[in-house]
Amino acid sequence: MNNQNTAAKLNASTFDVEKIRADFPILQQHVNGKPLVYLDNAATAQKPKQVIETLDTYYREYNSNIHRGVHTLSQKATDAYESAREKVKTFLNANSSKEIIFTRGATEAINLVAQSFGRDTISVGDEIIITELEHHSNIVPWQLLCEQTGATLRYIPINDAGELILEEYEKLLNKKTSIVAVGHISNALGTINPIKTIIDKAHAVGAKVLIDGAQAVPHTKADVQELDCDFYVFSGHKLFGPTGIGVLYGKEALLDAMPPYQGGGDMIQTVSMTKSTFNALPHKFEAGTPHIAGVIGLGAAIDYVNAIDIDVTAQYENELLDYANEQAAQITDLNFVGTAQNKTSILSFTLGRIHPHDIGTILDGEGVAIRAGHHCAMPVMERFEIPATARASFAFYNTREEVDALIQAIDKCIMVFG
Amino acid sequence: MFDIKDLYQEVIVDHNRSPRNFGKLDDANKTLEGFNPLCGDKLTLYLKTEDDTIKDISFDGSGCAISVASASLMTEAMKGKSMQEAEKLFNEFHDLITTDKEADLEELGKLAALAGVKAYPARVKCASLCWHTLHSVIEGGTSPVHTE
Repeated sequence: MNNQNTAAKLNASTFDVEKIRADFPILQQHVNGKPLVYLDNAATAQKPKQVIETLDTYYREYNSNIHRGVHTLSQKATDAYESAREKVKTFLNANSSKEIIFTRGATEAINLVAQSFGRDTISVGDEIIITELEHHSNIVPWQLLCEQTGATLRYIPINDAGELILEEYEKLLNKKTSIVAVGHISNALGTINPIKTIIDKAHAVGAKVLIDGAQAVPHTKADVQELDCDFYVFSGHKLFGPTGIGVLYGKEALLDAMPPYQGGGDMIQTVSMTKSTFNALPHKFEAGTPHIAGVIGLGAAIDYVNAIDIDVTAQYENELLDYANEQAAQITDLNFVGTAQNKTSILSFTLGRIHPHDIGTILDGEGVAIRAGHHCAMPVMERFEIPATARASFAFYNTREEVDALIQAIDKCIMVFG
Repeated sequence: MFDIKDLYQEVIVDHNRSPRNFGKLDDANKTLEGFNPLCGDKLTLYLKTEDDTIKDISFDGSGCAISVASASLMTEAMKGKSMQEAEKLFNEFHDLITTDKEADLEELGKLAALAGVKAYPARVKCASLCWHTLHSVIEGGTSPVHTE
């Protein structure tokens, strides 16, 4: 029922970017009279036709509610929904599909853990460690939890390259540390964090670890058993899937012990006027009719990514970033923000005194879509003492010619502002 | 389709590079902050008023070229204006950047250089932040202005 991916397995030497681009209808257009150069992939990725057609087929042919109907379409929708859960389980190498909870996105998944696991286990005097690199979605839920419980929030600082200072992390860890929540990859700078080390050190003091993988899963493999993280979250829309759907992975024993996050249909076993009993995992955390199409679409996105081999695309993206860095380094006033040794294909920069929002507008006039602003990571901006950066983020469907278009558009900014 | 030069006209580039009336006004009797949470643009307006007249006005803060140039041009236009005249200009300017109404170009003077903003809905707030802050000062507002 899900479309089989047509993209063949590729290796780095034969990576055919034009063949990949043909899968993404949105890329075949002009914006402001110029060919679209979409470099805002860290905000949201574009969708291959395999995903779009899967959504279309669902709504045209078997749209139905799941888990309760006895009719044929309902069974078909339920099978597709649960088979997507299996795909996510395999994608993350989880131990069981009971450990895969569908949420609205990475943000909701983090809030779920903070409010269900956090409120159940955290008390006054406990400490939660996050980092200066985090997206607001991995800051605010913990701030709220600290306000509710009297726990304290601590931050792992970063160095001038935008890398976590692990010696400082070690100093922060102690017996009171209950939760460590860290992004796998920084959305503002592209830094890949040493999460395996972070997880092991947290476990050594008895803390639980949540990894925010929203920026990571489009670029790198995440094996939750090998990492031994307690929770891992990501969003579908950054992985070439639909918006409004995300994933929470949690170790079964932890999820089992956690109280429900929201009440409603599908998450109950029995409901009487005075008391309800709750459904088993994973349904306990999926109250109400879920985003069925989104889940099935996410399954198709995972099929797509699996078919093109993430190791090959990661290498291609790294080569693209190297090329972009080389070209950008020749622009006198361009200042790189985030120069970690280990990073993904994100080029965050400032340009002399030209404000990033002006850069964004001028680039848009050239058909080049980037993000300008604080990237929902205001502590990172504070750390570098800048209000904002311009950020070009690359996906495997971007090309060297598009890097050239970016560089030419940056030159135009300099021309306009003299 | 719009030429980027329609937005970043020479006068805007100039006022961004060398903003007029930039810096704190020591004898200001009215001060108010404006903040654009989406962009992070922020400015503080300083006014010295006597009776009903803006005797002097300045601003400081940080933002994009549109917001800096707009504040620079606005402060230039406001010196010596009565509160009523300032309000009238606020409405004229608002119409200029958000509506298709025919603008009174003579009255707007150099401010008309910001007309190009209309074609860039995402940037209207940049141009109007200083104006909303001024409008709030005139109405006696004391809490920081946030563009929604």
